[in-house]
Amino acid sequence: MKISYDSRGKDPLFTGSIYLFLLAALVCLLGPFIYVVSSSFATEHEILNRGFFLFPKEWTIEAYGYLLSNDNFLTSFNNSVVITVCGTAINIVLTSLMAYGLSKTWLKGRRVLNFMVLFTMIFSGGIIPTYLVIRELGLINSYWALYLNSAIAPFNLIVMRSFFQTIPSELEEAARIDGCSELRLFWRIIIPLSMPSIATFTLFYAVFNWNTYFYAILFINNSADWPLQVYLRQMLVVSSSGMEEQAGAFQYTPAVKMAAVIITALPLLVVYPFLQKHFNKGMMLGSVKG
Amino acid sequence: MRPEASVQLGRKQASGLKRSARKEWRRGLPLYLMILPGFLFFLIFRYIPMGGVLIAFQDYSPFGGFLNSEWVGFAHFARLFGEPDFWGLFKNTMILSALNLFLFFPAPVLIAVVLNEVRLQWFRKTVQTVIYMPHFLSWVVVVGITVILFSTQDGAINKALINAGMPPLEIMTNPDYFRATYLIQNIWKEAGWNAIIFLAALASIDPTLYEAAVVDGANRWKQLWHVTLPALRSVIVILFILRLGHVMDIGFEHIYLMQNPLNLSVSDVFDTYVYRTGVLQGEFSYTTAVGLFKSAVGLILIVFANRLSKKFGEEGVY
Repeated sequence: MKISYDSRGKDPLFTGSIYLFLLAALVCLLGPFIYVVSSSFATEHEILNRGFFLFPKEWTIEAYGYLLSNDNFLTSFNNSVVITVCGTAINIVLTSLMAYGLSKTWLKGRRVLNFMVLFTMIFSGGIIPTYLVIRELGLINSYWALYLNSAIAPFNLIVMRSFFQTIPSELEEAARIDGCSELRLFWRIIIPLSMPSIATFTLFYAVFNWNTYFYAILFINNSADWPLQVYLRQMLVVSSSGMEEQAGAFQYTPAVKMAAVIITALPLLVVYPFLQKHFNKGMMLGSVKG
Repeated sequence: MRPEASVQLGRKQASGLKRSARKEWRRGLPLYLMILPGFLFFLIFRYIPMGGVLIAFQDYSPFGGFLNSEWVGFAHFARLFGEPDFWGLFKNTMILSALNLFLFFPAPVLIAVVLNEVRLQWFRKTVQTVIYMPHFLSWVVVVGITVILFSTQDGAINKALINAGMPPLEIMTNPDYFRATYLIQNIWKEAGWNAIIFLAALASIDPTLYEAAVVDGANRWKQLWHVTLPALRSVIVILFILRLGHVMDIGFEHIYLMQNPLNLSVSDVFDTYVYRTGVLQGEFSYTTAVGLFKSAVGLILIVFANRLSKKFGEEGVY
């Protein structure tokens, strides 16, 4: 593939347009982000007077100090960590177990189960019936509502199932002849072989759980239990738009808001580059279909 | 390819191990146990709510529950279609959806095609890392950054504009900006991530196709048009169909977070209407009817789109 590039002919105008386009894209993507990072280290005076800038003239970590000593912020951060760790653990265990079971083509009833999964991707009962089921089960205000209602993403399940199907069955035959039980086989052979795939889906699920906002406001009414996204929303919008001004809504300084955005975004941003090489696989493709 | 191979393998195994149904059941038992928790999840949290759409034809009362509420037929649907808001909701949903289909959709294709032409590996890797980044930000953060940059009085960009003697862009308060903002935020957040699937398809192009094109005297632009883009054709068709089936799902969180009383006339869509009227005001039966209408339109569209793709000689989604 690399050799072919040079044999494809030189065209400075073409190459120039390509690089110009990508540089413009980089600027648009990074510009806003750099502003938020650097203004989180800037003084209130500079943010209020200077408009858009890429580097502050005067650096301060006051905003971070304030947030890290703010009990409400720390509580909601902690809530998000709990939701993400427990939720993702449930997601990945349930998804991989079910995907492995469904990856066995000889299993009776597999077609029906596969269809059952696929159908949820094209039709759903909607928000209200889901909400009522959660309410009938008494899960409102419990994190179990979040864990259970999103326990398996059908798309991830289908992709993982296709991945398990690529594992050569000779391997399993050999283990089975050695008297290895199905569960032991899964734990000792399949899981270690699937580590990159499992790590990738763990990240995808963690992204979902960490970033969830809607299900949190839908199922959790108690503000002490709110995750970080809901708290951040309160900080950013309620205190700056002036339109939803609530009793007790607190005015945060601009730098504190920026710092809160950064702290909310950071945990995922430091992880994903390490798993990036696994995103690019064709696995996404062949397996979109059932 | 792969599933077929494994089906054959499965058959071979089945004929080799021709035993009674009970033996087969026993062999499958550990696997059924592994499937069970997931099966219960789909049953309780996906299929019971699907059955719960029956309350769209009832007057749901918390005491009667799903089973014992009074039946009212299509009264809630009649109310929906008679509602003065209905066409507004329909129009808003369709316009945002059309923006997604026709303007958002090509963006990842463009990014993948351009990125595929880059020879410098380190540059390519860096660009990829950066364009994936916004996908990992929540909508709360993305909308938050928008507010930080564009809030009318103290947004950074608006302040820079005012300082330069220009009028501010009232993105958050002027409804005229809502649709464009929605589209740009979508592209900013997800276009890079959605390019992955096209990049994967481009990586599998046979290099000899380019060599042949060069021999035929094609320059880089022509190679792009005659080799690269045709290679993406079937991926584009499949993904376009998947999108078409989700015309009614246009990102609840995103829209809800961007919504405010000033832009409600353009930002109110079925999902936000259901949330507001259903969950917050407790009109469960009526809003279930609204949701069912939405799901039904989505289902019809996906069936239609699948037919369409088969007509075009592509494989279809299911």
